[in-house]
Amino acid sequence: MSQPATSLGPIHRGISRIGAATLTTTRALADTRTWLPELLLQMRRLGADSIPIAIFLAVFTGIVLALLANYIFTGAVPMYLVGTLVAKATMMELGPVLTGMALAGRVGANVAAELGTMRVTEQVDALETLSFNPYSYLVVPRVVAATLMFPVVTAMAILVGVLMGWFTAVNTLDVTTLEFVKGAQLFYRPKDVWYGLFKAASFGTAVSLIGAICGLGTRGGAAGVGRATTRAVVFGCMAILVLDAFWALVLL
Amino acid sequence: MIRFEGVVKRFGTLTVLDGLDLELPAGQTTAIIGLSGSGKSVALKHIVGLLTPDAGRVVFEGQVVHEIEPDELAALRSRVGYVFQFAALLDSLRVGDNIRLGLRRQGLPPGEVEERVRQSLAVVELPDAGERYPAELSGGMRKRVGIARAIALRPDYILFDEPTTGLDPITTATMDAMMLRARNELGATSVLVSHDMRSVFAVADRVAMLHEGRIRLVGTVAEIQASQDPVVRDFIEGRPAASRPGPGERGGP
Repeated sequence: MSQPATSLGPIHRGISRIGAATLTTTRALADTRTWLPELLLQMRRLGADSIPIAIFLAVFTGIVLALLANYIFTGAVPMYLVGTLVAKATMMELGPVLTGMALAGRVGANVAAELGTMRVTEQVDALETLSFNPYSYLVVPRVVAATLMFPVVTAMAILVGVLMGWFTAVNTLDVTTLEFVKGAQLFYRPKDVWYGLFKAASFGTAVSLIGAICGLGTRGGAAGVGRATTRAVVFGCMAILVLDAFWALVLL
Repeated sequence: MIRFEGVVKRFGTLTVLDGLDLELPAGQTTAIIGLSGSGKSVALKHIVGLLTPDAGRVVFEGQVVHEIEPDELAALRSRVGYVFQFAALLDSLRVGDNIRLGLRRQGLPPGEVEERVRQSLAVVELPDAGERYPAELSGGMRKRVGIARAIALRPDYILFDEPTTGLDPITTATMDAMMLRARNELGATSVLVSHDMRSVFAVADRVAMLHEGRIRLVGTVAEIQASQDPVVRDFIEGRPAASRPGPGERGGP
């Protein structure tokens, strides 16, 4: 009878930690004097510096989507639907999720490794002795920066993905620019864009918060930092998939 | 005055502090000595609420540290300068910014902040280090910056966590002089955690030996030096316990 309780233990602890950290971070938002000066730096480090990897992913996603649409649609439906598939899938799903996954690796690992190293070298303790709340100084600027910048990076990835899909369709498939644009516009709704960008913002919050929780919970030197970083990436990716399904259920 | 009252601290199954009772009188330097892993640094972290006791309490000028509100804890911490074992400088900030961090937190005007940065770096004999990053400094220099960061706050209390560990004898003597200077100029109550007995005898007014989670002996430097307690003698003479003479052997022919 005790088996289920035992197996639920780590899950329960994990959820409790995330809940407590979210609450502490939310409270620390009021301490703008501490986190606002750090925000621009974090927006550059976590957002702007992530653009190259997001663009790289988007280029190949756009190419593959166009080729895949061609493979599926040839002889079955009008080829302008290549534009529909590329635009819709990139805006609503592949743009936010693939960019989120890439940034879970880059941003989640970055936050966990940096805060983890600060934890094991007592830099976090030093901040506390200087009367700083580590959540105000370290966590909030990263979470706010990621929440603001994930949609920006995702928007650029979506744009590049759609453009590469168009470029591939026009140059290698039997699709003209007019047909591609017609297909892209056919089922377009403004919701497609904000749905994707809203999801990206939620991914940014989750990935950075999980990175911070894993980082600040680091124990045991370099090996501990390695474990924290791995956990941040794995749990960050899992959170993205769970949130993706959740928002699909709630918003579509 | 700071007082430990029956403080117990466990990490998993390991009991590090097992009913620690100790008073740290105002205006004096108390050294806490003991073997590596005996809980000296753990005790120190309880003073500023970085750790919470599993039982007992630390009383800081009448306030029970682990019971006070976050705002009061921040106010308490602003009166304490903490020198970490490995300096714990924020490696993303230049040396000067590390020192400015706490000063700005106290809301001091910019001119006062810059003056204190300059003064504190001068005290630790690193007047030109302000623009360098911690990674560009040696271990000894980082520890001196750690002292500069602590004394710049003009604290009422300074906590030194193994400030001379890993340093060469000359740098150790320099650190001792800096600790004395910091204490004398600030008139601060100091707590020195160390197992470097030369440093302890040079700096401390009182010495408390921590052994198996409790205070084994506390007294002046002279009293500690004259102690016949075998655990204390083994420690200050650097003698492994296994080599201690058995009953009847001590003082033999």
